[in-house]
Amino acid sequence: MQELIRRYGIGLSVVMAAMTAFWLFALVVIPNLVLFKFSFRVYLPVDQLGGPNDVYTLKNYLTFFTSPIHINVFFTTILYSSLVTGICLMITYPLAYVLAKVLKPTDTATFFLILLIPLWVSEILRSFAWFIILSNQGPLNALLMGIGLIDKPIRWISGYQSVIIGLVYAYILFMLFPIYNAISALDTNQIEASEDLGASMWRTHWRVVIPHSKPGIASGCVMVFMLCAGSVIVPSTLASTSSRWFTEIIQQWMFEGLDWNVGSAYAFLLLALCIVFVSLVMRLLNVRLVDIAK
Amino acid sequence: MSEDVHLSQICMDFGSFRAVNNVEVTIKSGEFFSFLGPSGCGKTTILRLISGFMDPTGGAVKIGGKDMKGIRPNARPTALIFQNLALFPLMPVWENITFGLEVRGVAKEVRRAKAEELLQLVDLHDSADKKISQLSGGQKQRVAIARALAVEPKVMLLDEPLSALDLKLRQHMRAELRAIQKRTGVTFIYITHDQGEALAMSDRVGVMSQGVLQQVATPQEIYNNPVNEFVASFVGENNVIGGKVKSVTGGIASFETAKGTFSAKLGPNVAVGDVSKLFVRPEFCSLGSSTDAKENSIPVEVTEIAFEGNFVNVFVRDGSGDTHMVQVQNDPATPPPALHTTCHMAFNPSSCMILSEAVNGRSGH
Repeated sequence: MQELIRRYGIGLSVVMAAMTAFWLFALVVIPNLVLFKFSFRVYLPVDQLGGPNDVYTLKNYLTFFTSPIHINVFFTTILYSSLVTGICLMITYPLAYVLAKVLKPTDTATFFLILLIPLWVSEILRSFAWFIILSNQGPLNALLMGIGLIDKPIRWISGYQSVIIGLVYAYILFMLFPIYNAISALDTNQIEASEDLGASMWRTHWRVVIPHSKPGIASGCVMVFMLCAGSVIVPSTLASTSSRWFTEIIQQWMFEGLDWNVGSAYAFLLLALCIVFVSLVMRLLNVRLVDIAK
Repeated sequence: MSEDVHLSQICMDFGSFRAVNNVEVTIKSGEFFSFLGPSGCGKTTILRLISGFMDPTGGAVKIGGKDMKGIRPNARPTALIFQNLALFPLMPVWENITFGLEVRGVAKEVRRAKAEELLQLVDLHDSADKKISQLSGGQKQRVAIARALAVEPKVMLLDEPLSALDLKLRQHMRAELRAIQKRTGVTFIYITHDQGEALAMSDRVGVMSQGVLQQVATPQEIYNNPVNEFVASFVGENNVIGGKVKSVTGGIASFETAKGTFSAKLGPNVAVGDVSKLFVRPEFCSLGSSTDAKENSIPVEVTEIAFEGNFVNVFVRDGSGDTHMVQVQNDPATPPPALHTTCHMAFNPSSCMILSEAVNGRSGH
């Protein structure tokens, strides 16, 4: 803070601190507190507000624990979010390594541009593009049949597979960048030293590159998992008849049931479980929050 | 225990740039050999060719008579000590040292014992469980040496490993490295731009410039009988006088210059009639009164005296305005001439040489 004042003067520092505070409190903390309060209130007709029925209750949370379908969707969401996180990690680790250590810097810039251009298109459009690609008469099936890999079209949009494909595509870069940054920061001599001492490529990754990039991996995993579990657009655009995402249930409570109280309760349950899950992963990988924030 | 390394006519091209040009040398088993040269001369490329991070575009690297082409660093009998050491910061000292054994599947207890043994060898006690970040520069150095020795290499490659240390520690580690090399009998190939390091530690030195190995010889030979201008001026100080070779008798040439005619040894690749340069070391020059002026003497005036402790550098200017340096031992009994006095700078014909320009491996390629 003193450094900030020294560099920008007291006036500009106050403006910057005030804007940060506004963002944090007015746009994040207060709305969440309002919803948190909602989650403990009863959904009542307008004329009963303030009346004897307008009390604090845990009923909204109990609604969740007494509906097995919602519990099922909840854990399915967590399971498939973890799966998407895992798939993203499998794809991006080798890619990040190649970008950071194998390619020439000039080629890396080109690759990043190619990777980033799709981000300029909105998430809705990108999800819808996948809906078309994956449809029964769509380009993907046409291609696979064209090269003779399959005889009849695969029904991609069934179960959770289209949602998984869509989520992997939507959030993979959030995994790539932290891992790329972590691997870039690794001294190439360490990789060479490992090889020179007799280590195979796998061993070098296991003992040298992965331990070094663990904060980046954890950061990417947390980000992708949170985004997946909280995603609405992708799971609803690419939904099949048998896929339900927990965020969709929250949305239904709030905008179809117009019951913001139960909706809020569900939203906080999701938040709470995500936090527990992320802390568990961090404990498992033995990384601290500050490492991730870097 | 150790193997010889034969670099057979090796060339290394990066696109149109020739980093190493036709280097031919055999490094004997158990020898301490240094490649000495300025940065960009191709010496690090040679090290990477021997360690296997790349294969030469021409010629062959042979270790113990075996062509190493296509063999990756992890399968070569070499161990490389990197310039920045490249220790693994996330592993404790003992795991660093035995990493090479770990990847060979050696049991943990055996590795631990080996680590303790190597720590004794490099004179680092009670540090097995320390983190790398807890060590000083010199201690890290020792860990790096121990880590390389742990895999029992036939050939040890060192890429300027002392350059990050301060002077005192550097001199200490020189002696240490030399002692470890003698104790283990491993072939050491040392890369450096520091002539003092190369001369003090090596059995033989290879001086490189522009991708070409200019001279391979013992440190004494390199210093006393350099083969060309580059070797003479890169290793040690010189007084240089330009002129023309007039005649040669018995290896001693008569060299005609604007400052008079001098007698000097004729270096390789110089012939009668060549325009060339005469090189003489400051410590081979002496200053005397004009009455005992003999062969190879120039009248000069003392312009500056720099007292260095064990010796004194006397700077003198001759009639044509060129400055020369004369190095004399510090001895209160025979002090050097006082400032601004005139005297004669003289040198023995057998301690000065007429040398040709260095071979450039990059021009005309």
